[in-house]
Amino acid sequence: MWSVIKGRWTSPGLELRMNVKNYVRFEFSSMPENVSFARSCVGAFAAQLDCTLEDIEEIKLVVSEAVSNSIIHGYNGSTDGKIEVMASIFDNGSLEIIVKDFGRGIENVEQAMEPTYSSDSSRMGLGFTFMRSFMDEMDVISEPGQGTSVRMLRFFPSQNHQAMA
Amino acid sequence: MQVNADFKQVRDTLVVRISGELDMLVADQLRQEIDRRLDNTSISTLILNLEKVSFIDSSGLGVIIGRYKKVSAQQGRMYIVGACPPVEKILHFSGINKLVPLYRSEKDVVSN
Repeated sequence: MWSVIKGRWTSPGLELRMNVKNYVRFEFSSMPENVSFARSCVGAFAAQLDCTLEDIEEIKLVVSEAVSNSIIHGYNGSTDGKIEVMASIFDNGSLEIIVKDFGRGIENVEQAMEPTYSSDSSRMGLGFTFMRSFMDEMDVISEPGQGTSVRMLRFFPSQNHQAMA
Repeated sequence: MQVNADFKQVRDTLVVRISGELDMLVADQLRQEIDRRLDNTSISTLILNLEKVSFIDSSGLGVIIGRYKKVSAQQGRMYIVGACPPVEKILHFSGINKLVPLYRSEKDVVSN
């Protein structure tokens, strides 16, 4: 049973992103070798949006952070865990990315999302800061002992949508 | 996977030329490789050459900030050279550039 500890699952664009235009979904074992695979996949998927190379780099970064968090914190470095990634493009041009693990979960999500907080000092606790800064929305759902799910959303309004607005 | 790093030491300056993507896959090994040299030899200047690094995330930044702390504790200096625009953007965003000066090339460090 997932519980919303910090969540804002509605968004200004909710009514507009009811229709999924395209999506990819994949799962992989919690091996560091797969971090690069995951960010490259989502980056390639995002390339069909009306976005710049700089945007793609930011998408790759946030996926890298979320997947690394799952491996390091969710599974404590163990490589036999499972991580799911789902990326969806909605017909208003927004991109949603969900990274989900079934690891130990986060006791205190609020604390974990603090810019200076890190349970692993070598990573500076910057992961959540990047995710929050480069995406328009970010929510974390976690249940100790069950796992953690990070959902991120970014709007890429196309010229058509801007013209309609 | 081996971290792709080339180490060159001239007197008390250690130059580390890294290539590829600097993420959690290579972070630990790179940290150990650099620390082994910092611990075993007298290094007063550490230069990280990131010319061939195409991607960096917080795991890679962790390696840099950790080495900065180590070098600083030994009264040494550290520089980053050659970061491409996407990598440089992340270095600026994290504030590392305020601790570790960024230069275009190894020559620029020497001439400054």
